[in-house]
Amino acid sequence: EKTRTSFSTKMNNLVKNYRKVDEDFFEELEELLISADVGVATVMDLIDVLKDEARTRNIKDTKELQSVISEKLAELLHKSEEDGSLNVQEDGLSVFLFVGVNGVGKTTTIGKLAHKFKQEGKKVVLAAGDTFRAGAIEQLDVWGERAGVDVIKHQAGSDPAAVVFDAVQSAKSRQADILLCDTAGRLQNKVNLMNELEKVKRVIQREVPSGPHEVILVLDATTGQNAMSQAKQFGQSTDVSGIALTKLDGTAKGGIVLAIRHELDIPVKLVGLGEQIDDLHEFDADTFVYGLFSSIIEEEEENDQ
Amino acid sequence: MAFEGLADRLQDTLQKIRGKGKVTEADVKEMMREVRLALLEADVNFKVVKQFINKVKERAVGQEVMKSLTPGQQVIKVVNEELTALMGGEQSKIAVSSRPPTVIMMAGLQGAGKTTTVGKLANHLRKNHNRKPLLVAADIYRPAAINQLETLGKQLSMPVFSMGDQVSPVEIASKAIEKAKEEHLDYVIIDTAGRLHIDEDLMQELKDVKEAVTPDEIFLVVDSMTGQDAVNVAESFNDALDITGVVLTKLDGDTRGGAALSIKAVTDKPIKFAGMGEKLDALEPFHPERMASRILGMGDVLTLIEKA
Ligand SMILES: Nc1nc2c(ncn2[C@@H]2O[C@H](COP(=O)(O)OP(=O)(O)OP(=O)(O)O)[C@@H](O)[C@H]2O)c(=O)[nH]1
Ligand SMILES: Nc1nc2c(ncn2[C@@H]2O[C@H](COP(=O)(O)OP(=O)(O)OP(=O)(O)O)[C@@H](O)[C@H]2O)c(=O)[nH]1
Ligand SMILES: [Mg+2]
Ligand SMILES: [Mg+2]
Repeated sequence: EKTRTSFSTKMNNLVKNYRKVDEDFFEELEELLISADVGVATVMDLIDVLKDEARTRNIKDTKELQSVISEKLAELLHKSEEDGSLNVQEDGLSVFLFVGVNGVGKTTTIGKLAHKFKQEGKKVVLAAGDTFRAGAIEQLDVWGERAGVDVIKHQAGSDPAAVVFDAVQSAKSRQADILLCDTAGRLQNKVNLMNELEKVKRVIQREVPSGPHEVILVLDATTGQNAMSQAKQFGQSTDVSGIALTKLDGTAKGGIVLAIRHELDIPVKLVGLGEQIDDLHEFDADTFVYGLFSSIIEEEEENDQ
Repeated sequence: MAFEGLADRLQDTLQKIRGKGKVTEADVKEMMREVRLALLEADVNFKVVKQFINKVKERAVGQEVMKSLTPGQQVIKVVNEELTALMGGEQSKIAVSSRPPTVIMMAGLQGAGKTTTVGKLANHLRKNHNRKPLLVAADIYRPAAINQLETLGKQLSMPVFSMGDQVSPVEIASKAIEKAKEEHLDYVIIDTAGRLHIDEDLMQELKDVKEAVTPDEIFLVVDSMTGQDAVNVAESFNDALDITGVVLTKLDGDTRGGAALSIKAVTDKPIKFAGMGEKLDALEPFHPERMASRILGMGDVLTLIEKA
């Protein structure tokens, strides 16, 4: 239970900055969570639960409430016990499909992940399944070069399902370990485009019966409540198995993934912290939650100096 | 959790009032709580919501709502009016320099839609204003950014100026203007790399480009799905560059788009255009009143006000 302990220490640091458990405290906590884009409904639920606990247990000091806060937040993130690691097959080909709305970081995340697997000594192939956006194939090509892995591509405008079909055959014949499939960005309310994505997934399922081994929904941490709609719709179409949360190197906190985990039970598996090839990390719930509160903690540290 | 529009949110409170036959201050308070939640769910920044609610409350507690026979209708009307007013009038004009070429520079976070918007604006200027734009590839960082802009140029049959990715954006922008003069092109639209508002070096780079070419327009391109952080982003870019307008992209999605209100509130710069798709003709003038009803979750506010 090492994680839980360090988590509590961090929460401890947080609440020691507050004085009493009163309306002000709850209001500040609510604003803090909302400003981190945690879903509004989730925040309201959480605050209600905390208020109830404070009342029934007659908690007056924020220090006493801190264990309750960390308990509840941890509950949200550790909902199911399954861990956040990627589903890589011990032997044989693992196929990962990347989906998401426009501009969130799908192609970049694939480039970073290809590099990571390559460094682990795996044979990686990329599929240029975005045949629509200007320069998308060339962009993936650059990432392929950077990571030193092969890219299977067709011409711009061709059928993405055909590209992915080809890529699966190539990956098999090269005895690759990992195939990462890029797709064009699409908004979740576009029915045709979501159907196209289902078709791509079906091709993978047909050619690799145990696959796809991951369907990664890429979410931009800057996105607000709409990320919930993205998770629902992409989840419905492609049965998303994990989230890559990108652009966490900015000032946005990506708190909506708490609500997504809470409501849909989709775990975050990867975190993007920049545009460079090494800027991909495994998701760590403690660090993430700590990040939600970092603004206050920094403020406090400044005040202390 | 389906997003409830404001009208739905007010239903319960309104039922209660109907039973009592009059509106109390407590009722107004309850309605304001629903307005607050509706705006937060639409991603309006919580500080902006606070200011906004105070304003609306004043009007509501006064004559308008409490004395009204149809308080729900009145609340929605007041909220909608204030929201539309805050978002400003329709302003899809683009500057014209008396000494061509007119220079437009794009700025914004990664993936917001800058490069696509360069193509859309060029298309708009040619189609609706009969102009000849030059597209300038000043993103030297993103893989294949130049290729992306060149592809858009090809689709539009328009010239694209690039010097590769080993030359500074300042030099690229400056040379592009010389080129436009030589070729008698009357608009120069400069694509720039996406960057974080807290990246000091890259923000300085934009300031340097601005200084070198004194753009007539500096457009901040913002993804309409942006959450609470929109205020930080907009404020930082505006502080650094004194932007002239905003382009809100990806409004063809199902986002409520409360970021629009946040941006307007912190920068007080006009939102000029709305990106409505990936294609190069998917650019529309920004309509404040439509945006207001979108944020409130109402397809058509007027009919709803009648029903309320
Ligand atoms: N700061 C930061 N930028 C990122 C991160 N991940 C991606 N980006 C940038 O975000 C922009 C969009 O990334 P892409 O990988 O092209 O996104 P995409 O989802 O493939 O986009 P489309 O294919 O157009 O839908 C690029 O400028 C990337 O460099 C990240 O973790 N941090
Ligand atoms: N649906 C939709 N997609 C859009 C819109 N505007 C841009 N996009 C898409 O959003 C993604 C990112 O657009 P870009 O123009 O590459 O964004 P950018 O700001 O130049 O990105 P960087 O250069 O990486 O910072 C692409 O997939 C575009 O097709 C829009 O209005 N609607
Ligand atoms: Mg891509
Ligand atoms: Mg670009």
